[in-house]
Amino acid sequence: MTDVMVSAEGVHKRFGHNEVLKGITLTVNRGQVMCLLGPSGSGKSTFLRCINHLEKINSGRLSVDGELVGYREANGKLYELHERDVARKRQEIGMVFQSFNLFPHMTALQNVTLAPIQVLGRRRDETEQRARELLDRVGLSDKYNAHPVSLSGGQQQRVAIARALAMDPKLMLFDEPTSALDPELVGEVLDVMRDLARSGMTMVVVTHEIGFAREVADTVVFMDGGVVVEAGPPAEVLGAPKHERTRAFLAKVL
Amino acid sequence: MADQSQLTPVASERPQDIRAVPVRRPGRWIAAFIVLACSASFVRFLIADSAMQWHVIGQYLFDSQVLNAVVRVFYLTVLSMLIGVILGVILAVMRLSPNPILKAASWLYIFFFRGTPLLVQIVFWYNISALFPAPHHLIDIGIPFGPALIHPNANVIITVFVAALAGLSFNEGAYMAEIVRAGIISVPEGQTEAAASLGMGRMQIMRRIVLPQAMRVILPPTGNELISMLKNTSLASVIGYAEIVYVTSDISAVNYKVIQLLIVGSIWYLALTSVAYVGQYFLERRVGQGFSRAQQITIKDRWLSLGRGRGGTLGR
Repeated sequence: MTDVMVSAEGVHKRFGHNEVLKGITLTVNRGQVMCLLGPSGSGKSTFLRCINHLEKINSGRLSVDGELVGYREANGKLYELHERDVARKRQEIGMVFQSFNLFPHMTALQNVTLAPIQVLGRRRDETEQRARELLDRVGLSDKYNAHPVSLSGGQQQRVAIARALAMDPKLMLFDEPTSALDPELVGEVLDVMRDLARSGMTMVVVTHEIGFAREVADTVVFMDGGVVVEAGPPAEVLGAPKHERTRAFLAKVL
Repeated sequence: MADQSQLTPVASERPQDIRAVPVRRPGRWIAAFIVLACSASFVRFLIADSAMQWHVIGQYLFDSQVLNAVVRVFYLTVLSMLIGVILGVILAVMRLSPNPILKAASWLYIFFFRGTPLLVQIVFWYNISALFPAPHHLIDIGIPFGPALIHPNANVIITVFVAALAGLSFNEGAYMAEIVRAGIISVPEGQTEAAASLGMGRMQIMRRIVLPQAMRVILPPTGNELISMLKNTSLASVIGYAEIVYVTSDISAVNYKVIQLLIVGSIWYLALTSVAYVGQYFLERRVGQGFSRAQQITIKDRWLSLGRGRGGTLGR
């Protein structure tokens, strides 16, 4: 059992000729919260999507809990994983999207129970019981049977978090979870995430919420132009940034 | 503080509604009068003791030959549509698959079956036995380039019904493929990504997430297709399938009541189309769940709202 949950070494990612990640090297330890900051187009969301293989990396090594993402290594050779095996690994990694991506044709409860029943083959009654507990935990005990269209953005995002947690993930990825929300609704989602961090969940969070990063993150990473400009505890990166680029960015968003 | 209180609207007694003389619109009256006059004269022409001979229409409307033909049209339509929809889903998934051979095969199928007249296709299937050597017209069915397992006689298995069914359903498959494909690509990519991030497989995502949402886009044009199909079954009359047009023209060939029998046929087509309308209404309501904030309006509500002034969605 290693203490490292996510390990990236020299990760490169290109879209055609456009190089989005130019050698990212990072480590996220078990139980840690890492916040990725940076201007749009800096590659932070792309990096996050690489972690659960929604994007394929072009070079470098990326592993989650000691296993390569998307590949298997044997006799010094890499073998691409079958879709089935990629799906199996994704079960252990929860993801929350900027645009929620709840399933609109299902109620909140059905959104949460779908994957545990269909993917893990769990029993319906137990799964529904647990789903209710999760929805209670994110403060939606009165919305079990609501369709996403009748929920506010903040409520939808909290259902999305419950949906991801229902798979009992060992790692949670958040892709700008509050960027599509009205300012008034940002707080309720951040509260849920703060609780989750306190419970010991390993989290990688792409965000523009500097206050949240300062309070919750163990490590803050500032990215720009596809490279890590600066990484360290929030007090250093946010409190006393060494690089001019970080200082300029923080001056604008604070 | 005083300024602010002036800006806030104060609830007081309801002000009087405006009463004004409405604009006069003589054009509306004239247009309405013309339409009513034309309609009245047409109705008079229909019901007057003219050549319409309504009793002949009444006499043949429930003729047993005609009723049998209606049942045949119903079955041919339902079966062709069913096969067409299944083919359409398979072709659409092939077309969207990453496998270039499947993609090309689906494209070619759609190109051929959409690009040639349905009438030609029906006659083609009816005469397919000509492609297999006489006298027995045996079709070898088995492993490609390998041994044949069964050898049915083309003249025996390709009946009029089978030829009509093949022509209609293979053609429908091509149209349905494009409709289903439109539905699938209308589902946002985020849905697939969210499902994938939960560890769902490709087939699970298609079945549980994409197709249920695609149905909303697929259903209305499919209702159109069903109605077209209903009427296209009449093309099977050219190969001698005893459907409505074939039977009614057979009768009129004897008694010369051509118009009356065409109307008999049309009444039945309209009746069958109405059934399709009702089915589509209830299906659309079902797949529309979760896509609108407003409560679903039922037929009953709509009729009730006629008595309640404005009605409709704006009045809600």
